[in-house]
Amino acid sequence: MKIKIALPKGRLLKNTACLTHNAGWGLEGYSEDARLYHLYSRRFPELNARIFQEKDIPIQVAVGNYDLGICGLDWVQEFMVKYPGSNLLKIKNLSYGRSSLFLAASPLAGYSYPSSLKTASQPISIASEYPNLAEYLALNLRLKRFNIFPIWGAAEIYPPENADLIILQAAGERQIFDYGLNPVMKVLESQAYLIANKNSWATRDLSEILDGLFSAIETIETVRDASTDNHGYPVERATHPNLTVHTDWWEGKIHLALPDGHAQKHVVNILEKAGIKIFDYPSTSGNRTPRIEIPGIAVKVIRPQDMPLQVANGKFDIAITGKDWVEEHLYKFPSSPVMNLLDLKYSRVKIVAAIHNDIPVNDIRSLREYAMSREWKLRIASEYVNIADKYARDHHLYMYRIIPTWGATESFLPDDADLLIENTETGNTLRRHNLKIIDTLFESTACLITSTESLRKPGAEVISTFVEKLKKAIEES
Amino acid sequence: MKIERCKGMRDFLPEEMEKFRQITEAFRDSCLKWGYEEVKTPTLEYLYLFTSAGTLTPGMLNRVYSFLDWDGWSGERVVLRPDVTIPVARLFTEHLADRELAKLFYIANTFAFEETGKKNRERWQCGAELIGLRSPLADVELIALALQVLRRLGLYNVEIKLSHAGLIRSILQKSGLNEEQQNQVFDSLLDGDMGIINKLISEKPELYPLFNLQGRSSGFVKNLISFLTDATPELKSQIDDFIFISDILQELGYNYRIDIASIRGFEYYTGMIFQLYADDEKIGGGGRYDALIPAMGGENTPASGFALYMDQLMQILPVKTSAGYSKGKIVIKMDRKSAKLGFDIADSLRSSGYIVKFHFGGKGPADVSWILEVGEKIPVLTLTRISDNKQFYLNSPEELLEKIQNN
Repeated sequence: MKIKIALPKGRLLKNTACLTHNAGWGLEGYSEDARLYHLYSRRFPELNARIFQEKDIPIQVAVGNYDLGICGLDWVQEFMVKYPGSNLLKIKNLSYGRSSLFLAASPLAGYSYPSSLKTASQPISIASEYPNLAEYLALNLRLKRFNIFPIWGAAEIYPPENADLIILQAAGERQIFDYGLNPVMKVLESQAYLIANKNSWATRDLSEILDGLFSAIETIETVRDASTDNHGYPVERATHPNLTVHTDWWEGKIHLALPDGHAQKHVVNILEKAGIKIFDYPSTSGNRTPRIEIPGIAVKVIRPQDMPLQVANGKFDIAITGKDWVEEHLYKFPSSPVMNLLDLKYSRVKIVAAIHNDIPVNDIRSLREYAMSREWKLRIASEYVNIADKYARDHHLYMYRIIPTWGATESFLPDDADLLIENTETGNTLRRHNLKIIDTLFESTACLITSTESLRKPGAEVISTFVEKLKKAIEES
Repeated sequence: MKIERCKGMRDFLPEEMEKFRQITEAFRDSCLKWGYEEVKTPTLEYLYLFTSAGTLTPGMLNRVYSFLDWDGWSGERVVLRPDVTIPVARLFTEHLADRELAKLFYIANTFAFEETGKKNRERWQCGAELIGLRSPLADVELIALALQVLRRLGLYNVEIKLSHAGLIRSILQKSGLNEEQQNQVFDSLLDGDMGIINKLISEKPELYPLFNLQGRSSGFVKNLISFLTDATPELKSQIDDFIFISDILQELGYNYRIDIASIRGFEYYTGMIFQLYADDEKIGGGGRYDALIPAMGGENTPASGFALYMDQLMQILPVKTSAGYSKGKIVIKMDRKSAKLGFDIADSLRSSGYIVKFHFGGKGPADVSWILEVGEKIPVLTLTRISDNKQFYLNSPEELLEKIQNN
């Protein structure tokens, strides 16, 4: 019987690869430039490893797709505070990959101590990639009223204009100061952790594999920072000496959110055609506040996935994102004031339903019949949780589970999911993973969004100027 | 594919519903006779209703079913209500704040997560709230009402455990703990976590008598006060009320015990707290919560209330059947051609107070007094008395009714 382990990519990859190497597992191809997601062991033929985003690993181990997993304690806790009754078991601290989760605020906010939050009369907004920990913390700090905004990344750019507080991972307080923020408290000390599925741990002999791993732990060189052991308590009050915060660049302006990542080249291209100059975007130094040459508009760079929610809440007035993310938002929140202003007509992708080639059906209706005849609980993996959920409901997929993913969803099939809701430009990636498209949900392109509220704001005329310029650029190309 | 009930949720089968209704009907009838009015609050409330008043312990808040609903784009979370007193206090401030006095009762479910899924995550309670009175007599009224309902259900040996939130807070203030730690100890008491109390006592042995002795008279409370030499006038008057309550419960002949560490439940309690036990099962509790309505932005309105826990009550109550129908059960057999007459006769029998079931084949009916066969030919009606299998041949509904009534 196979023993399956979920291994992290990203931050923890290098040390985890070193650990598994020293443990003598002989995993081929587990390296930073790994192109394969599935790994096999030369020494233990029953050992199967698969590379995931760290955030995916606790879910995969808890549902029993994997017997073991290695990921940061931060993601383990993020999962466990929400699902204390799950089948996830913390086995061992692996002592590397040390980092901390901080609750941080802008120096302008006046929230230097956790106790200062309790007395706040206004609702406190918290943006974080760790929404479960954020809620847990807010309840335990006894915040009177709070709103939590789950985000995909770039938390550090949110305060103070877009969130009062954030929870983010950092190497230490210094890094928080470098973002121009104050740490309010340390939420968690995180290190790489070995986790297991409860049933696997209770019923299977994993000792042969784990013995090598445990004895290899000491071979991993880790940098220990003696000053970071005050778990759960406020950090020493300190304000960055050179910290100066300006707010006039933002206040009274129309707020534009531009995407980070690979979408940037398209945005630069369309702005250029529209004759709009933008400086330091994409930024080589990690600057997320480029200057745009339109008076009355201030820009921040965030994840496109996060834009609809931010625009709905008036944290931004306009944003360049994808129609897929707008739909994802509106499926969940039909009363949201977000609206599409302009189709930018690039980044054209299809949102499709795909299954593995081995499944002998070719459309969604026969998949439903097939699944029912096999007594499956259909597992649907998607980055678009709400789109996938609506699709499953609309097609009466009966018993199904949505497995949220954070990228590389195509590699979930066939072992860790049965159906995929994913975007594709050419279908090549899907074909390479031996998948076939059985349905197309809709076509998505980049778009400019706003909210009904923002259009009524003073200074909103600049929005129509911006739209006109972009519209002309699109028509000309 | 097997379809299952959601983990931690419960079905009520006919026998259980019988008990459920027995409890709610006794409760409802008593409350109406004591001049209370029934209200109902929604199942969903905003989460901030429960966080803003600072009135649920973190232990309880960490078990709420909170989520983002269809309007949740603003980040505003909603919860399946974890408690009913707070929503009723909201209802009062929203709709009834112009009243000086409101006596309200409700029958409602609450939701709290529980890891194993073996205990109920949805729980039912019957509760009453007396809003607008500071008098200790109001507290006694609530205890008396609760006990009356329980007696109607056949529970005579109910033990009352009394404690006092104000008293505990004062003791903790004198313990040398900082405010944060005092709150923590108070919350642990409410959550029933005695570990932290035992630790506190091992550090400060002089607190031992407060948390470990139990008294059966107001003299015990008077003895306790000697610990609190510098009590504020407000606390003194609260304790006087507490002594009064103990005295009057004694006069009324109720079985009570003062057990300071026995408080459980809600951080919104400010004064007297009581718990009701039968067969070692906690079946109810309540107390005074004078600060809750002001904390929700309402007027400075005192209040107290209680709730009976229906899930526990249903476990200890004996089974009774169809209490409301003392008259017999009749089964009617008919075919297509006699159906019209059959339905008509059934209606007239039901309005005379009988339970009438139709039988269209299958296994014969059990637990009935009469079987009536409705035919087309004279004699149209054949009535069989089950007790002696005797048959009567009748020709009209009037004859039938007369025969049944006279037997």
